[in-house]
Amino acid sequence: MSRSERHELLCLAGVTCGYASEAVLVDVDMAIHSREFVGIVGPSGAGKTTALRVLAGSLRPAHGSVTRKAGLRVAYVPQVETINWSFPVTVRECVLMSRVRGRRLPWASRAERSQVAEVLARLDIDELADRHIRELSGGQQQRVFIARALLGEPELLLMDEPTSGVDVRLRHEVLHLLDDLNARGLAIVLTTHDLNGIAAHLPRIVCLNRSVIGDGEPHEVLTSDVLERTYGASLEVLEHGGMPVVVDSYRRAQRPHVMESHA
Amino acid sequence: MIDEFLGPFDFEFFRNGVLVATMAGALCGAMGVYVVLKGMSYIGHGLSHAIFGGFAASSLLGINFLLGAGAWGIASALMINTVTRRRVIGSDAAIGVITTASFALGLALFALFGTAGQSFDAALFGSILGVGTDDVIAIFVVCILAAALIFLRYRALMFTTFDPEVADVSGVNTARMDALLTVVLACSILATMQVLGVTLVAAVLVIPAATARMLTNSFARMLQLSTVMGAVCGFIGMNLSYHLDVQSGPTIVLVAATLFAAVFIVTGVTGRRRAAGISTPAPLAARVD
Repeated sequence: MSRSERHELLCLAGVTCGYASEAVLVDVDMAIHSREFVGIVGPSGAGKTTALRVLAGSLRPAHGSVTRKAGLRVAYVPQVETINWSFPVTVRECVLMSRVRGRRLPWASRAERSQVAEVLARLDIDELADRHIRELSGGQQQRVFIARALLGEPELLLMDEPTSGVDVRLRHEVLHLLDDLNARGLAIVLTTHDLNGIAAHLPRIVCLNRSVIGDGEPHEVLTSDVLERTYGASLEVLEHGGMPVVVDSYRRAQRPHVMESHA
Repeated sequence: MIDEFLGPFDFEFFRNGVLVATMAGALCGAMGVYVVLKGMSYIGHGLSHAIFGGFAASSLLGINFLLGAGAWGIASALMINTVTRRRVIGSDAAIGVITTASFALGLALFALFGTAGQSFDAALFGSILGVGTDDVIAIFVVCILAAALIFLRYRALMFTTFDPEVADVSGVNTARMDALLTVVLACSILATMQVLGVTLVAAVLVIPAATARMLTNSFARMLQLSTVMGAVCGFIGMNLSYHLDVQSGPTIVLVAATLFAAVFIVTGVTGRRRAAGISTPAPLAARVD
């Protein structure tokens, strides 16, 4: 299904915004469609998290406009580093938090208990429902927050750095899980530093450094020119198995020299 | 022994005192959960001092204490909330600036126009003698208010306390939740000041919640435990206060602090045994869960 055949969920047009007097995003245009799987990449301080906040609606632009589909349900999964792990909350309590509309009583209804059990089983963490969130592995913790997001039955899932600070196995686990959710119809936008991970999994990449430098399929966007303009560093793009692979050309050039000097 | 324990209950002022102390303990125990988990333990200390400014002003102007100090406390609480939400300075600095200024104003008013005698000491350290039917009604109303807020906004409050940014995206009006919580907190401090005193309200807000946190990893259970422990400490503390002839505020705080120390030691021992792999009955935290 091409992008034009999907309907638009969110559209940023000429968005400029930031914190206090400093603009973090400048004149950003970006449209997110249903069933899309988009990765936003860029160096630290490029405005990736700020872009997610604008998409989520928690940050209003100083200039430009944000158009969203009427009644759009958005869920946001923050960076795990920002979670207060000492907060007393079990997996079940954490997941149920997203059900804030409608029922006002503190305890879960029978239907809610069943929905929580279903979403936990779907993410293979149903046996951990009564455990404290700190007692879980990194992958399980990520799944808990995805489960919390899914219980709100969103059309668009926004994830901030879901693969940061995790090992290769866990990175694959998280990206495969997201692949599966996207295949079931959920639109996903995530931010990441992991260029090669998203090149292998995501059909659309947005290169961001305060403004959009490149936006398209991995082989269109992951070029030396776009990456150099995004990161301000020399990066080389190779092809392996039909997929682009990004390598640091500075290190490749310097390594023989370093080895020679040691010799 | 039983007669000696029940004897003071013949006096109305003592019955009122015990009732207020028990309700105050439960109220502060419940509100303290949000205060402690938001990392704003200092707000209890700060707000109680800010309300002291209102106490001084209303005492000198001859207006109703609950009305004057209440309006003052709520205004201070909302100012702290507004400054904190702008994120220009941290909540600790906002609390520090607003509440100490209010407290200083209270002291200056007393210095300029003279102290209100016994009410000054009562405001600082609490007094069982000053507890009247009005205080019982006031604290009962605030208890109902707090219970209604916690019961009807349980999930939204928990979400706002745990993860305000995601709560906001999920449709929770976090600004309103913070404001409601702050106003009820200000009312709670105001209502309990007569028994606990300005200087000790913060301890009763923090200690039961911190003790409950050591016993459970569940938010719901922490809220229940903290409320019950606050009530028990208030009841025991007020009785001890009468029998030992010590002010009610310090006695209640010392009872709560003793409970905290006992739980800290017990959970420390069970935690070390668990870490060392020594076979014991289920650890305290797991049993409570």
